[in-house]
Amino acid sequence: MTSAILVSILMTLVAASTPILLAALGELVVEKSGVLNLGVEGMMLTGAVAGFAVAYSTGSTALGLAAAGAAGVAVGMVFAILTLSLNANQVATGLALTIFGIGASSLIGAGFVGRTITRLGPVFPDALSDHPVLRAVFGHDGVVYLSLALVLAVGLFLRRTRAGLILRGVGENDASAHAIGYRVIAIRYAAIAFGGALAGLGGAYFSLALTPMWADGLTAGRGWIALALVVFAGWRPGRLLFGAYLFGAVMTAELQLKAAGIAWLAPELLAMAPYLATIAVLTMMSLGRQAGRAGAPACLGKPFSAS
Amino acid sequence: MLEWRRRREPSAAMLYASPLIAVALTMLIGVAVFTAMGYPGAQAVRDIFLTPFLEPQRWPDLGVKAAPLVMIALGLAIGFRANVWNIGAEGQYIVGAIAGTGVALATHGMTGWWILPAMAFAGILGGMAFAAVPAFLRVRLGVSEILTSLMLTYVAVQGLYYLVRGPWKDPDGFNFPQTRLFGADQTLPVLAEGSLVHLGIPLALAIALVAWLVLEKTTAGYAVKVVGLAPQAARHGGFRADGVTWACLLAGGGLAGLAGLFEAAGPFGQLTPQFPSGYGFTAIIVAFLGRLHPLGIVFGGLALAATYVGGEIAQTTVKLPQAATGLFQALLLFVLLATDVLVTYRIGWKARAA
Repeated sequence: MTSAILVSILMTLVAASTPILLAALGELVVEKSGVLNLGVEGMMLTGAVAGFAVAYSTGSTALGLAAAGAAGVAVGMVFAILTLSLNANQVATGLALTIFGIGASSLIGAGFVGRTITRLGPVFPDALSDHPVLRAVFGHDGVVYLSLALVLAVGLFLRRTRAGLILRGVGENDASAHAIGYRVIAIRYAAIAFGGALAGLGGAYFSLALTPMWADGLTAGRGWIALALVVFAGWRPGRLLFGAYLFGAVMTAELQLKAAGIAWLAPELLAMAPYLATIAVLTMMSLGRQAGRAGAPACLGKPFSAS
Repeated sequence: MLEWRRRREPSAAMLYASPLIAVALTMLIGVAVFTAMGYPGAQAVRDIFLTPFLEPQRWPDLGVKAAPLVMIALGLAIGFRANVWNIGAEGQYIVGAIAGTGVALATHGMTGWWILPAMAFAGILGGMAFAAVPAFLRVRLGVSEILTSLMLTYVAVQGLYYLVRGPWKDPDGFNFPQTRLFGADQTLPVLAEGSLVHLGIPLALAIALVAWLVLEKTTAGYAVKVVGLAPQAARHGGFRADGVTWACLLAGGGLAGLAGLFEAAGPFGQLTPQFPSGYGFTAIIVAFLGRLHPLGIVFGGLALAATYVGGEIAQTTVKLPQAATGLFQALLLFVLLATDVLVTYRIGWKARAA
C-alpha cells in the first residue's frame, strides 16, 4: 500500500520535472554557445499551443510533439535572426519572445479552450507500466525517457565530442573561435534551434501530458524556472537533472499539501513555493561561491560581429 | 547585391526615425497576420492603432491607460540605461497597489485629505520594498536581478489572490473575491466630470519631465549612463555601480508601485483578482519604443495605450480576440529591435570586388 503511494508520488514528481528539464537542457546548450535566450517561456507556450492544436486536429500526440518542437525552432529562429544577424540586444529580444509567446498562444489557443485530448500514455506494455511497483521505472511516457537520454547525450556531446568542444569554445571566446576559422554565428544559430526544439517539446508536455486540455498561460512561469536551473546547475547537464527533479519535488510537495488541504496554509501561499524556492536556490548558489557566475560561459549574452 | 555597412557613427536621424519605421512595419505585418488568421486585417490594424487617436471620445481612455505605462516605463528605462534589468515591474505594481489598499482598508469610513497621499506613499514604499529584494541579492550576492524580479511577480500575484479571497475579502461582498470599494477620499479625484480621467495622467507627465531633467542634466543621471555604457570607466570615474543598481531598482519599484496604487485607487476603486493587467510587462515595450528617453516614453506610452484601447474596439468591430492585442504589442517590440540595426548600419549596394 505505502509502496503504491510512494510510486504514485514518484510518478507525479517525474512528470512535473520533465518539462523544465527539457527546456533547461535546451537553454544550457544555447548558453554554452554564448547566447542568453530569455524567451524560454515564450517558446514553451508556442510549443504548448502548437502541440495541442496539431494533436487535437490529427488525433496524434506524436505529431503534436513534433509540431511543438518545430514551432519552438521557428520562434527560436526569430530570436536568432534578431540577435545574431541584426545584433539586437539579447535580453530585450528574449523578453519580446516571451511576450510574443504569451500573446500568440493565447490567440491561437482561444479556439481550443476547454477542449480535451487523449493524454500521452506510457510506452511500455501494460504488464510493466501498470505493475504497482515496476511502473516506477516502466510506467512513464516516451518524453520522460527521451529527456533522460538527452541529458546523457548533451553531457557526452559537450565533454567528449569535437563539435561539443567547438560549441564551448564559441561560448568562451568567440573572437578566438572566429580567428581559428569556426563559424561563430552559424554555430549559435544551431544551438538556438536546439534550444527552441527542446523548449517547444517541454511546453507541449504541459498541454499533451500534464493537463491534456488547453488553458491560457498554462506553463505558469516554468520557462523562467528553467532559466534559473541552468544557473543552479553551473551549466552542467548532470546537475541540471538533479536540479530539475529537485524542483519537481517542490512542486509535487505543493500539490500534495494542497490536496491534503491544510487549513492554515492557503493554497495561494503554497503556489508561491516554486518561485520562492527558485530565488532561495539562486541565492544559496551565490553564497556557495562568491564569484556568483562561476561556470558561466565567458561570452554569455555578449553580441558578436565578425568585422 | 545588398549588404549591411556599419556607419562610422550611429545615425542620429535613424535614432528617431527607427521607432516610426517600426510602427509602420508592425502595422503592415499586423495586416498580413490578421488577414492570414481570417480577420479583415486592414480594418483590424486600423482599429487597433489609428481609431484610438482619430476619435476624440477615445482620448480620455487613452490617457488613463497611458499613465501607468509611462510611469512604469520611466522607472524601467532608468535601469535599462544602466544595464539593470528589472523585469518584475508587474510584481512591484501589484505590491504597490496592495500596500496602498492596506492603507485604504485601515482608513475605511474615515475622511480627510491626508488619506490619498498616505495611500500613494504606501504604494511607492511597497513597490520599492519589493524591488529592494532583487537589488539586495544582486549587489550583495551577485544574483541576476532578471530572474529574481520576475519570480517575485508570480509571488505578488499569488499574494494578491490570497488577500482578496482571504483576509481582505469584502464582508458585504456576497463572497466575491474582492476588497471593499474605496471611499471618496480614498479614490483619485476625477479631473473631467463623467470620465475616468484622473490625477495620474498629469502626474505621469510631470514625472516624465522630472526624469528627463534628472537623467540629462544631473550627475546622477550621468552616472547611470556611464555605468551602463562603460562599467570600467565608471569605476575609474568614482561612480559606484552598486549605488546605481540600488537607485535604478528602487526608482523602478517606486514608480511601478505608485502606478499600481493609482490604478487601484482610480479605474478599479478596489482590488480584485483581475487587477494584474500586464502593464508591468507592456511597459518594457514602452521603454524601448521611447528609446529609454523620458520624453520618448510619453509617446511610447500613448502608442501602447492605443493598442489596449484599439484592441477593445477591434473586439467589437471585427471580433478580434483580446489576445491579439498582446501579439500585436510583441510584434511591435520585435520589429523595433530589428529596425534598431538601421541606427548603426545602413543598407547599401555591395561594391564590386576590385
